[in-house]
Amino acid sequence: MEATKLLDAKGFACPMPIVRTKKAMNELESGQVLEVHTTDKGSKNDITAWTKSGGHELVKQEDENGVYKFWIKKGE
Amino acid sequence: MAVNAMKATEVTKRVFNKEELFILDVRNTEDYQDWKIEGENFEYLNIPYFELLDGVEGILDKLPTDKDVLVVCAKEGSSIFVAEELSEAGLTVSYLEGGMKAWSEHLEPVKIGDLKNGGEVYQFVRIGKGCLSYMIISNGEAAIIDATRMTDIFTDFADSKGAKITHVFDTHLHADHISGGRKIAEKTNAMYWLPPMDATEVTFKYEPLEGGNVIKIGNTAIGIHALYTPGHTIGSTSFVVDEKYLLSGDILFIDSIGRPDLAGLAEDWVGDLRESLYKRYRELSEDLVVLPAHFMIIEELNEDGSVGKKLGDLFAENHGLNIKNEEEFRRLVTENLPPQPNAYQEIRKTNMGKITPDEEEQREMEIGPNRCAVR
Repeated sequence: MEATKLLDAKGFACPMPIVRTKKAMNELESGQVLEVHTTDKGSKNDITAWTKSGGHELVKQEDENGVYKFWIKKGE
Repeated sequence: MAVNAMKATEVTKRVFNKEELFILDVRNTEDYQDWKIEGENFEYLNIPYFELLDGVEGILDKLPTDKDVLVVCAKEGSSIFVAEELSEAGLTVSYLEGGMKAWSEHLEPVKIGDLKNGGEVYQFVRIGKGCLSYMIISNGEAAIIDATRMTDIFTDFADSKGAKITHVFDTHLHADHISGGRKIAEKTNAMYWLPPMDATEVTFKYEPLEGGNVIKIGNTAIGIHALYTPGHTIGSTSFVVDEKYLLSGDILFIDSIGRPDLAGLAEDWVGDLRESLYKRYRELSEDLVVLPAHFMIIEELNEDGSVGKKLGDLFAENHGLNIKNEEEFRRLVTENLPPQPNAYQEIRKTNMGKITPDEEEQREMEIGPNRCAVR
C-alpha cells in the first residue's frame, strides 16, 4: 500500500495518537493516504472509530510485533 | 476553573451512597456500550474524545451546572485533555484518576459481620467488574477466598488486622478474572486450595479441595465446610462458614444463577447445575447468608455496598431457583446466553499456569464486566 505520508506515533498514549493523526490528515489532499504507526492498545479501536466519524476510509490495518499500523485515505 | 482528579474509591462511595454524578465518558462508543461505570443515580453522556479535539463548545449545553461532572476514559490521558478544555470554557470538572483501568482494579473492603467465637468476615467489592472476594479473620489467622490479581490489597489488609494468611481458596477455576490466589499463597506460605476436578490441567501444586473438607481458621474453630456444587464448572465448590455464611462462588448469585458454558460444556453441566441449585442448596439452612463471587447489576448491592442475602429470600425471589420445568431450565442456561467474558479462554489458561502474560496484558484481558451469570 502506497502512502503519501508516514506518521510515527509509537510510544504515545491516548489522546496523542489521534491528535497527531488528525493534524497530519489536515495537511493531505482528499484521496491521499496517511500511514500511521502506534503502540497504544486503545488507539486500535479509537483510530478506527475516528476514521469513520471523520468521513475518512480505513483502507488497511495490520498488527506487527506490538505496532499497530493504519492506512487511512482522506475523505472529501 | 479547576480540574480535579477523582479517585476510584470516591466514585465507589457515590455508588454505595446512591449519590448523584454526571459522567462524561469520552471513550469510543463501542467500548462505552460494552462496559461503563454503573451507579443508581448517575447520569451519562458519551462523546468520544476525538470528536472534542477542536473544542468542547458543542457539548457545553449538555452538561449540568448543578451536578458534579466526572470525565472518564480508558486510562485517564484523554479525560484530562477533555477536562482541561472544559475548564478553559469555565466549568469545574473532575476526571477519573487512572481511568477505567483503575476502575476495573479498585477493591472496596466491606465488613459483612462477626463470627460466633470472635473474628470477622470481609467482602472485597470489585465495583467496576462485579467480582467479590472474601477474607475470614479469626484469632490472628486469615483465609482468603476468590482473590483477585491485585494481591497487595489482601496482604496489606491482613497485615492491618494483625492476621497471618494461612489458607487461600478458589471456589473454581475462574474464566472472567485472573486469580491472585496462587500468588498470595506463594508470598505468605499459605496453603492454596483448588477443586481437583477444575485443576486437571494446572501446572502447579495445590491442595485438593473436596466436598467434606473442614478447614479451621484461628484457634476458635471457625469451620470452613466445603460443599461440592458443580455446574458453573465441573469442580465448583461452595463453602459454609461458621454455620452462618454460604459462599456460593459462581453457582448462585443474588439475582441470577451461574452459567454452565464458559468451559465449553454447557449441555453436559446443566444437570449438575440444577442438582446443585435445586437439591444440594435446598438441604441447607434457609438462614444462611449467601455471599456470591459476583454481582451483575448495581441493584444487587445492599445499603452498605455489600452483596449478600439470606438463602431463604433467594429461594423466594431468584428467578433461576424457581423454574419447575427441567426443560425450561435447560433452555435458560444454554440458549440466548449473554456474550462471554473478554478473553475468557486466555484467562482460564492463565489461571491454570499455562500462560504467564505480563501485568499490562493481564489488565487488558480483564477489561469489561464479568458476565458469569444468566438471569
